[in-house]
This record gives sequence, C-alpha cells and structure tokens, in this order.
Amino acid sequence: MTTSTENVVLHVADVHKTFGGLHALSDIDLQIEEGKTHAIIGPNGAGKSTLLNVVVGRLAPTRGAVVFDGKVLTGKQPHEINQVGVARVFQTPEIFPDLSVLQNVMAPAFAKRDGSFKLNFLSSLDDEHQIRKEAEEMLEDIGLSEQKLMKAGSLSRGDKRRMELAMCLMQHPKLLLLDEPTAGMSRHDTNTTIELLKKIKERGMTKVIIEHDMHVVFSLADKISVLAGGRIIAEGTPEEVRNNPKVQEAYLGGAH
Amino acid sequence: MNFQGIFSMSRKDLTTLVIFSIVVLALPIWLQPFGAAYPDLMQKFAIFGILAIGFNILFGLTGYLSFGHAAFLGVGSYTAVWTFKLFSMNPIPALIFAVILSGLFALLIGYVSLRRSGIYFSILTLAFAQMSYNLAYSVLTPITNGETGLQLEAGDPRVLDSMFVAEEAGLPVSNFFGIEMSGIPGFYFCAIFLILGFFITQRIFASPFGMMLRGIKSNQTRMNYTGFNTRPYTLTAFVISGMYAGLAGGLMAVTDPLAGAERMQWTASGEIVLMTILGGVGTLVGPVIGAWLIKYFENIFSSFNESVLHNLFGFLPDGVEGFVVELTSMFVGEGWHLTLGLVFVLVVTFLPGGMMEGYRRITTLFTGGGGDGDKKAKADDTQTQPAE
Ligand SMILES: Nc1ncnc2c1ncn2[C@@H]1O[C@H](COP(=O)(O)OP(=O)(O)OP(=O)(O)O)[C@@H](O)[C@H]1O
Ligand SMILES: [Mg+2]
Repeated sequence: MTTSTENVVLHVADVHKTFGGLHALSDIDLQIEEGKTHAIIGPNGAGKSTLLNVVVGRLAPTRGAVVFDGKVLTGKQPHEINQVGVARVFQTPEIFPDLSVLQNVMAPAFAKRDGSFKLNFLSSLDDEHQIRKEAEEMLEDIGLSEQKLMKAGSLSRGDKRRMELAMCLMQHPKLLLLDEPTAGMSRHDTNTTIELLKKIKERGMTKVIIEHDMHVVFSLADKISVLAGGRIIAEGTPEEVRNNPKVQEAYLGGAH
Repeated sequence: MNFQGIFSMSRKDLTTLVIFSIVVLALPIWLQPFGAAYPDLMQKFAIFGILAIGFNILFGLTGYLSFGHAAFLGVGSYTAVWTFKLFSMNPIPALIFAVILSGLFALLIGYVSLRRSGIYFSILTLAFAQMSYNLAYSVLTPITNGETGLQLEAGDPRVLDSMFVAEEAGLPVSNFFGIEMSGIPGFYFCAIFLILGFFITQRIFASPFGMMLRGIKSNQTRMNYTGFNTRPYTLTAFVISGMYAGLAGGLMAVTDPLAGAERMQWTASGEIVLMTILGGVGTLVGPVIGAWLIKYFENIFSSFNESVLHNLFGFLPDGVEGFVVELTSMFVGEGWHLTLGLVFVLVVTFLPGGMMEGYRRITTLFTGGGGDGDKKAKADDTQTQPAE
C-alpha cells in the first residue's frame, strides 16, 4: 500500500463518513501524487463532494484521517488547512458577492501573505500595489478584466466559477481541489478553463478535480478514481479506467 | 506599517474628511435657521455621531448586529464620572479610562457573543446589556449609585486636582486646562472627537482590514476557506466599536458629569441601531446623518405638548380641533417614539439603504439619468479606485 509514499502529497487514509444511517464514504484510501492531476468521477450522490469536505475540514470523518504534506489535517480548522496550502473551488461558487471582482481576487492574496489574521486597519488598500498588480494580471489571464470593478454577485454563473478559480490561484496553493469547475460554463469558457488548468500543471501544482464532463477529465487527468456509492470502485490511468468494465457498468455505461 | 502610510489617503477620502470637518465645525452657524443651534443639542449631535459611526464599524462592515451597544456607552459614562471623582476634572484622563474600560468590557462580551452569529449573536449582546443594566441598578449600587445615578460630590478626593488647583466652593465643572466643558466650548471639544473618530473610520474602511470585515459580511464561509481566521477580525471590530461607544459615553459625562443606568437600557441600544439604519448602514457619513436626524426630531417632537398643538390647530373649528389635537398628540411629546417607529418602518420598507440610498437615487435621477444597469452593478464607492 505504501509503495510510492515519497511522492504522495495527499493521503486520505481509510476514511469513513456516515450521515445518520447513510454511508456517504466507506473505506476510502486515496493517495494523490505530487504535481499530478487526479480526477474523481462518479454518479450523482457518489460522495465526491463529501470527500473534498472531509479534506478541507468542513466535515469531520467518522473514521480515518487525512494527511497532507506530512501533516494530519483531520481536526484542523478550515482556515488552518488553507494556510498549509490547500485551496478549494466549490460546487456552488463561494465568492464575496458584495465585493468587487478585483477585491474578490485580492483578498486571498492577503491571507497568503499575512497569515490568518493581521491587524492592519490603519494601512491603506491603495498602497497594496503588488497584490493589486497580481490580481489584475490574474483577471487578465482568465478574461475578467473588463468586469473588475463590478460587484462579483452580478457576474454570470460561469464567470463566478472562473473568478473563484482565480481566487484560489492567487494563493499559489500546493494542492488545488476543484469541485466541478466547468459546470454551467459555455463550451468556449470550458476550453479556456482547461487551458488555464493545463498551464498550472506545468507549474507543478497538485490538483484533485471532480468533473462530470468527460472531455475535461480526459484532457486533464493523469489518474482517475471512480467513486460509486461511497466506495472507490476503480482507479488508474485514463486509458485503464475507460476500458474497465466495472466502470462502464457503474458510470460511463449509463452516460452512453 | 510605515508612518507615512497612516496619513496617506485617497483624494476622495481627503475631500470627504475636509467637507465633513467643515460641516461639523460650522454646526453652530448652519443649524441656526433650523432653530437647533444651541449647545446642548449640538453636543448630542457630536456624541451620538461618534456612537453611530463606531457602531457602523461593527454592523456596517461585518454585518454583526449588536443589540447591546448601550452597555459600552454606560461603562464609558460611569468610568468618566469615577475618574472625575477620584483624579481630576480634566476630561482627558476621564476619556482615556472610559475608552480603555469599555474596550475591555467589549472584549469580554464580544468574546462570548461572537461564538454565535445572526440572530443568536444579537440576542446574546442584548442579554449582556440588559444584565449590565440590571446589575447597575442592583448589586453594583456601590459603584453606580443605583437609581439616583453617579454624581460628583463635594467630598470627592480628586487627587490630581487637589495637588494643583485650589479647592473651590460648590461642585466643580469638567474643564480642559481651564476651559469649561459646557456650552459652545463643550460642543467643540466633542466635535474634535467626532472628526477624529470619522478619520479613523475612513482609515478602517479603506484598509485591507476593512476589506476583510466586508468579506466576513459577504461570505464568512469563503473567508474561512481562503485562510482567514474570522473570529479575531470580528472581535477586533467589536472592541473598536465598543471603544467608540465608550468614548461617546465618556463625552456625555464630560459635558454633564452624571451617569445613570438608563443609559444602558435596551431602548438606548435600539436607538443606535435605528440611527445607523436610518442614515445608511455601511456608508461613511450615513450613520452620522441618521444620528443627527433622530436627535433633531426627537428634540422638536418631544417638546410639543397639548397647548402647543392647540395653538397650532387653533384655526380649525372646535370639534375638529379637539380631534386633531388628540390624534397628533399621540405622536409628539412622550409619543415621539411612535413617530420614530413609523419613520423607521417607512425607511426600511421603501429605502432599505437609508438616507444615503435616497441621496444616491436622487443624484442618479438628476445626473446621468440614463441609469444603465451597469452603473448599478458597480461595487459601492468605498472600493479601491483604479491606480492613477
Ligand atoms: N451534510 C450532509 N448531511 C447529510 N447528508 C449529506 C450531507 N452531504 C452529503 N450528504 C449525502 O451524502 C451523499 C453524497 O453526497 P455528495 O454531495 O458527496 O455527492 P456528490 O458525489 O458530490 O454528488 P454530485 O455529483 O451530485 O455533486 C448524498 O446522498 C448526499 O445526500
Ligand atoms: Mg458534489
């Protein structure tokens, strides 16, 4: 089991999660290698989001532990988990709807630079040239420059999602968790996002991506885990998974 | 943080500050046509302005609605009067102690209350304030002098004063190195603190810290998953706004050295909320405007009595006059709160952004009336401006 531990950056070790009588996750043992893009696919209600919730500290596992970069995350607060280098894009965008797009993208950079709390109420936001510049470049990259002074709440669903991705990228996280990052996007925006995610891959960021869109999965993933009914039923390279009869039965078959 | 950084302001903020200062310092002039240019009322304008802008730092930026801010006002007043009694009639030590003690008290109450959010937070603050109020009336009578209220007495030690100044007959008046803190000088003393308080609020609004507080109001979950520990942020905002309330309470004691428990009652806390909402939550000047409007109309309406009304409606036929006077008297004098309640309902229903929203609506009506949706979608005016 512990064959390639030196490369494993995230280890979800024997995690169970039950909601009342519902076994949302059972016997999950997942090892994510550094610098790789690992996709998690599976039908609705398979437990994919629950798995990410356990990783980022939104939910405590009923059993098992999550180890990231040699540190046990289980029991830590969400902000502590972010501070060790884990950022997440949510299935329903979690953004600051009342702040401007630019401020949405700037805020995460402060958490990265200043830590989880800084008493800087007498300094001026206008003097933060460095963070501002980075944020503007980021917005340029994802094509949201035009909207930078708009309230984020008034963006379209797809733009919110892209902005949330930009917010996470501002932190240069070691591990990026993406819960259906292209859902609700047009084909064109989906392709831009794929390109953007490929670019990050070159920089060596580890990513876990949940996706229903097989086009996205197969163009990005190095490795795929298939989740169904709270269990990992298959794991391997895209080719292996594509040809796995169990997967075709449980998941891909239904989609055909 | 560099020293220069503290004073660097955007041009817009600087303009606002200058205009605000002029408006405040010229209150005795421009209030004259409104018949409101007398010192007592203007002192209230300044003091309640401080209270409201401080409250707005908490409610306007973080969205945490405290229903117990009057407790800090009370602590500020009691502390100031005690400082007068024990040390000196100079307002400065009194205010320093008032701000420190109310800040500590806010730290305590905030620490507990901020474990909850939304309505539960409001209820907790309300409960703490009512507890303080009841304690001031009962167990703490040795400190608060119960129902009579805490007052100066001839026998007070005033250790600092007695070292430097000869004891005079009668009760002393608070004085700032010889300037008595009543009347117009008293007003200007408070006005300086209002301007100072406004300046600090501007700084907070324009700081990264202020942006984090807005982030908490906008989406606390996102703040957490972005790596911010939100509790110290909200607690700091709570303590700062408690200190503003303590300063206001201290100034009340400076202009009139007396402190009573009724200052901590829930109606007083409610009034602070009304001022902020009436003026415009989360805006810089809105809360001050709200405070001034409420204090101005309170002054007018509560001075009306039946005989004034009879004079006013004397031209009506007798039967009608009686009826009209009966009806209107419900809304004036003691009934002023009924009027306030009605106004409040109207504002919240039709102008949820308060007076500041009304102002914005009117200006967009007259200027670029094109009013394209894009303009509306722009984030509010306190956002970072494009670099020059
Ligand atoms: N907080 C919760 N409380 C109770 N049940 C939950 C909770 N979160 C998830 N569940 C249940 O756990 C199961 C797995 O949900 P999860 O959201 O992880 O699925 P998913 O694989 O992300 O599905 P989708 O593709 O629809 O997003 C579902 O049956 C869901 O109803
Ligand atoms: Mg999901």
